[in-house]
Amino acid sequence: MLSRVADSIYWMQRYRERAENIARLIDVNLFLSIDAPGEDDQQWPPILMTTRGHELYQKLYGKPTQAGVLEFLTFDERNPDSIINCVHRSRENARSSRDTITSEMWHELNLLYLFMQRTAAQPRKRIKSLFEFYSHIRRSCQLFTGIKDTTMSHNEAWHFGRIGNLLERADQSSRILDVKYFILLPSVDHVGTPYDDILWAALLKSVSGLETYRKIYHEIHHAHVVDFIISNREFPRSIHSCLWRARQSFGVLEPEFSSGGKAPAGHPVRRVQDLCVELETLTVYDIVKRGVHEFLDQIQCRIAEISNSIYDTYFAPLPGQEAPRDEVVAENPSGGVEPS
Amino acid sequence: MNKDSGILNSYKSRDFFDEFFDKDEKPRKEVRPFIERLQELPIQELMNRQRAAEAAFLNSGITFTVQDGKKGIDRIFPFDIIPRIIERREWAFLERGLKQRIRALNEFLRDIYDSQKILKDRIIPREIVLSGKHFLKECVGLYPPQGIWCHVTGTDLVRHKDGTYYVLEDNLRCPSGVSYVLENRTVVKKAFPVFFRNYAIEPVENYPEELVTTLRYIAPNSCPNPTVVVLTPGIYNSAYFEHSFLAQRMGVQLVEGRDLTVQDGFVYMKTTRGLQRVDVIYRRIDDIYLDPRVFNKDSMLGVPGLMEVYRSGRVSLANAPGTGIADDKVIYKFVPEMIRYYLSEEPLLANVPTYLCYYEKEMEYVLQNLQKLVIKPANEAGGYGMLIGPASTAAERKKFAALIRKTPRNYLAQPTLSLSRVPTLIGRHCEGRHVDLRPYILYGREIYVMPGGLTRVALKRGSLVVNSSQGGGSKDTWILRREGIS
Repeated sequence: MLSRVADSIYWMQRYRERAENIARLIDVNLFLSIDAPGEDDQQWPPILMTTRGHELYQKLYGKPTQAGVLEFLTFDERNPDSIINCVHRSRENARSSRDTITSEMWHELNLLYLFMQRTAAQPRKRIKSLFEFYSHIRRSCQLFTGIKDTTMSHNEAWHFGRIGNLLERADQSSRILDVKYFILLPSVDHVGTPYDDILWAALLKSVSGLETYRKIYHEIHHAHVVDFIISNREFPRSIHSCLWRARQSFGVLEPEFSSGGKAPAGHPVRRVQDLCVELETLTVYDIVKRGVHEFLDQIQCRIAEISNSIYDTYFAPLPGQEAPRDEVVAENPSGGVEPS
Repeated sequence: MNKDSGILNSYKSRDFFDEFFDKDEKPRKEVRPFIERLQELPIQELMNRQRAAEAAFLNSGITFTVQDGKKGIDRIFPFDIIPRIIERREWAFLERGLKQRIRALNEFLRDIYDSQKILKDRIIPREIVLSGKHFLKECVGLYPPQGIWCHVTGTDLVRHKDGTYYVLEDNLRCPSGVSYVLENRTVVKKAFPVFFRNYAIEPVENYPEELVTTLRYIAPNSCPNPTVVVLTPGIYNSAYFEHSFLAQRMGVQLVEGRDLTVQDGFVYMKTTRGLQRVDVIYRRIDDIYLDPRVFNKDSMLGVPGLMEVYRSGRVSLANAPGTGIADDKVIYKFVPEMIRYYLSEEPLLANVPTYLCYYEKEMEYVLQNLQKLVIKPANEAGGYGMLIGPASTAAERKKFAALIRKTPRNYLAQPTLSLSRVPTLIGRHCEGRHVDLRPYILYGREIYVMPGGLTRVALKRGSLVVNSSQGGGSKDTWILRREGIS
């Protein structure tokens, strides 16, 4: 398939997944905020950290408030990672691969785009229920995924899209865990209190993992939560599971590397393989010993490296035909360069 | 037939040729069953169906983008739910006439880039052809595969007061709009499902299949299983939807110039598995952007070296570069002569009488009758740069007189035609609006004329300009397969 189109499909999926994750985070946090103890609005700064928007937010809005954070994360076009921007970019990438994705996929993504544009143009008080609104976004993303898997041939294009989706999700899951662990744990006021359990439960909920977690561990314990989100290979939003399935897709794309042959150093397949092997062998105690934040930070860097090497290996334009630098950035502004 | 109640009760065909009603305001026989059905519908119901159709266009992203400050806004092309209906025999005649015309135009292109017999025999003045903006000297001596130059044509037809069809323009370069024919049909089928089942209407859905067959047919000789691509300027082009639509429906790759490269005398596309050879390019960019080495040096849309590969016969282009000379509006005047000259036949379709300012006598006539005529530049598309005499001001006429004197070759004039009308939903009732018709013709192993085509409608009251860039919309076009309703 065309390199340019593979690139578009990869980013279509990354941005779509990012939009879905922000909607999830907000949804869970909104619910949590209804009866959270302590100061109002105190659970919003971590969300800004997770989405890497805290500095920009500070500059544009000042003190984090619920209304401000919702606006910033949902509709603010100055925030590159707002839902409206992610949906817009996902659709732009879909547009440039419109002949490769199916009409039904395009239609669903376009509906979400129009929904976001329409809602953004209205006064916010017209949004009757915030829960409705964010779950609409989430459902539309899920519907898109379902349509993709059932209408599109599971060919090369589909696998590139899947890899984009899974890398983004692994990255998001690591950020969600990181923020909770890094930001909240040191302020030990709540550790061991029922409220602490509620926060851990909320974290699990935002990755739709609470029910599965309960079935395995029954009780909330932060080491188990860390283990679950990083290493569980069956839960579809855990880091290990995402990377493991990305590795499967690479296996289809590069059969010679999965059947015994070893990919050369620096090749994306090699990078994914190496990371998976590490996740398989490390125990939660190793991770805690190394420092959860340091570990997650490293995971994010390595996901960015995988993404960059995918670009170099498969998507890069012909020598001498590179688009002007700023144009590349305009299309996929976080493409390749993931801040860590 | 009850015209006293229902949607069309206050409709007047007036002094125009109306596609639904004759001059006594009686429904035309072939349209009668549809009018009857329409009359049974409450206006609100028709409006609902119109709105549902518009929503379907928007939701499927059948749109173009307009810039509003920094933001791009998606707009649908205006569409009217009431179809235009053409009776079977009438269509059969048009089809014959179009085939004849395309054959002659293709012969002309073959000749003009080869031995130029038609110039030697003084049927067309040499100077007019060689000075044409779209005459490409780079193509002289070329013989494209199967001798076909104009693979895809979208001829514009209009119907005058007396009911005669005239050819207004032969669009032989990159005629657009065919995707709207197919999409219009989809929404209209959903709007009138029961009716559609009973009223035998020629299907249009086969077009992508016919197009891909045509493109495969013109592949370089050595290609048993050619790779066909559609070349687009990119997602910001107003016809991008159509480019992606056609690629998707044909199951071929949609490429941009930057996806292609020339190496070792062939054209390749850059894929995730390295380079893959391309054999046929259905290009939707103009000649001058095709190859920055040969034409426009600044073109970012084209492929450096493409023309060289084309010339050596290792890649096919549709339409062939250089076809533009045949839809020069000055050359247009000579198409009936071409038909006689190359085919020894009498032209079936009428040409609009055309005065060329190139000829001094005709220029004098034009200058004296500016107020009565439509003045057109030879090489503009989209209805730009025209003077519509009866609607013009003295200052505009003065400006055009000066333009004509300056470059007579570039101007021609035609009498104003009165375009036929079709009832169109305007607000809460129907009014007559002027239409033209653009059938799409494919030239491959045989000549295929898509049954129907794009009916463009001037939505502004009294307007004769149907171009979408100037307030035009479109309608579905029904060609009846048999007379009456089953």
